[in-house]
Amino acid sequence: MFFIFTQKNGKQRTFKRGSHPEHHKGRTEYLPIERMPFVEEYTLPLSQHIGAPSLPIVQKGQQVQRGEVIAKPGGFVSVSLHSPVTGMVTAVELSEHPNGQMLPAIKIKTDPYSTQCFGKAEPLSDQKRDKAHFISSVQSSGIVGMGGAAFPAHVKFFIPEGKHCQFLVINGCECEPFLTADHRVMVEQAPQLIEGIGILAEFLGAQKTYIGIEANKPDAIVILNELAVQKNISIEVVPLQVKYPQGAEKMLITAVLKQEVPSGKLPLDVETVVSNVGTVIALTNYFTKSEPLVERVVTVTGSGIKRPANLLVPIGTPIQEIINVCGGLNEGATRVLLGGPMMGVAQKNLGGPVLKGTSGILVLTDEEVQEMQLYKCIRCGRCLQACPIFLNPSHLGLLARKGLYDDMAQINLMDCMECACCSFVCPSGIPLVQSFRVAKAILREKEVKQ
Amino acid sequence: MIADIVSAVVILGGLGLLFATILAIAYKKLHVDEDPRIGQVEDLLPGTNCGACGEPGCRAFAEQLVISASIPGACTVSSVEAVESIASFLGVDPGIVEKRVARLLCAGGRAEVKELVSYQGVQRTCRMVTVVTGGNKECTWGCLGLGDCADVCTFDAIAMNANGLPVVDIDQCTACGDCVEICPKQLFMIMPLSQKLIVQCRSLLEGETAEKICSVACNACGRCVVDSPPGLIEMRNNLPVIQYEKNEFARPDSAKRCPTKAIRWIDGFQFGNKASISFPLGRVDVSQSDQKL
Repeated sequence: MFFIFTQKNGKQRTFKRGSHPEHHKGRTEYLPIERMPFVEEYTLPLSQHIGAPSLPIVQKGQQVQRGEVIAKPGGFVSVSLHSPVTGMVTAVELSEHPNGQMLPAIKIKTDPYSTQCFGKAEPLSDQKRDKAHFISSVQSSGIVGMGGAAFPAHVKFFIPEGKHCQFLVINGCECEPFLTADHRVMVEQAPQLIEGIGILAEFLGAQKTYIGIEANKPDAIVILNELAVQKNISIEVVPLQVKYPQGAEKMLITAVLKQEVPSGKLPLDVETVVSNVGTVIALTNYFTKSEPLVERVVTVTGSGIKRPANLLVPIGTPIQEIINVCGGLNEGATRVLLGGPMMGVAQKNLGGPVLKGTSGILVLTDEEVQEMQLYKCIRCGRCLQACPIFLNPSHLGLLARKGLYDDMAQINLMDCMECACCSFVCPSGIPLVQSFRVAKAILREKEVKQ
Repeated sequence: MIADIVSAVVILGGLGLLFATILAIAYKKLHVDEDPRIGQVEDLLPGTNCGACGEPGCRAFAEQLVISASIPGACTVSSVEAVESIASFLGVDPGIVEKRVARLLCAGGRAEVKELVSYQGVQRTCRMVTVVTGGNKECTWGCLGLGDCADVCTFDAIAMNANGLPVVDIDQCTACGDCVEICPKQLFMIMPLSQKLIVQCRSLLEGETAEKICSVACNACGRCVVDSPPGLIEMRNNLPVIQYEKNEFARPDSAKRCPTKAIRWIDGFQFGNKASISFPLGRVDVSQSDQKL
């Protein structure tokens, strides 16, 4: 069965440009998802998503149940937060956030005698699933985009008046090297995925549903194809060429629908909604079992970890505990990244928690993080060939070096999604994407001031 | 042959004459009357185009001065004499403002705050390091000590000391605000020299948690509030906020009982003195920052 897909390699759909980092997925590709044991304390930052932070509704000393709401949305672009364990709230205070800031968080001490089961809840009534209540139900389920950006899911599903959704594209690309969480989810939880797609497509009124999967996950493609035929649901599983950043929203739409999302526009402007596979399964769990989003699958991998694994981790688990469960660090482990090697963020201490958007914990060793020697730009143009959104990273890098940030904005710096293809292909080791991040931060600061 | 040369000369000469005439007419017709004082005032200004006055450059400031939309004292770079000469030239009130300098609201150098990890990226600038989990130090609010401010300073008024803190030379500092803008942690503040009571901490933590991270952090004990005239200092978000409009009541006593020396009475230089900073000014940490693009 597998060779069919490899044969088709030439015809697989994809987007233009991009880069080809090594996959490194072999360590965890075929490891089934394990459940992470419960630990003593959980830290739940109130801002785990893009948008306004949630507002805490619990006090110090209060008993909470697994799945109980502990914070309500702080606005429309915000979601609820639920306790991942049965236990007691020990503090609502400033705490280490993986982004490096000290931000308010709710700390919960686990009750060691609890069974840690969800209460026996009925599936949500049909009323909750109808058009009028769907958006608010999703908001109160705490579901955010699980691909990494953690954008509140209900905002994505909300279709403003005058617009409509024709295509639903499910994102199962997982183009980041090393990560296999979405792959395992697709293989092991395919029925839930198909069910969730049904719920979502019905609400959105989508006429056609696609699942975009990179061709290096042939088992997922086969399983989902078979299941779709079995259940007689019209879903087209689209094998995509293995290329980074295939899983970026706009790139996926270009690959699957052969349609470009214009600069500054959203997928809904081309009548499309994109959702990650993890998000869809969280949706199924909420609508069929009333289970809010309290845990997610995290890939723990890299040559610096003793026992790589795909773990089902309660949100808020300290990174250190997860590393302990995976046998600890190997000798020479020097860098711990949250997320993949291309877009992940290095951590300065391991006390921070896993968030709703954390798809992987990657531990790299000394040899792998060798510092690049910096040379001058030789105008080879490889970054231009790599940039999937057709920017000119070489020119942008030059402007960044000179601090001409306004000029950078004029040549569409703000369209940059920081996929890091330009830095990856640069033979001179110029920190292109890094300087774009700095420039974007400075431009955003300026905007706030004005 | 001769005919070719002659025709070339005639054609080019004719064209030249034609365009010269057009230019001459345009010069007369499109002439814009400009106040000659603008140029003269511009000559009196320092010509650094630093933007401290709020205008895009010295020329724009001179234009504002001539139409009396601004006062000469708004230029913080000019010396008192220069401001007075501009004022007497224009016959206006000089409006000399008090000397202001940039002050750092953090005292946590290498000795006070632990560095948790070493940053291995190519460009070791504060801005670059901040993008990766907010910097490599344990305190998320404090100075990173990589000297973006020293680099950006037009007037060579900032030097990094051995402890990794920027020392502002108060004689050189012109309060242009470039360091305020570049600092990713927003630690610089432009203050008049008469504001001597300064809280050198931005950490929102309190008590032991704050002290564990930094030995000179404010632990929000509130002693400074008790020791000050009522209304001068207010605790907000675990930090004392000094109401500088009541600055005349400020006394060194407010800072005396501070257990961590987070609030200080500063007369002159903030960290060390003029003799202690090495000239030429700039980054001290050369070993780490010599690789630049």
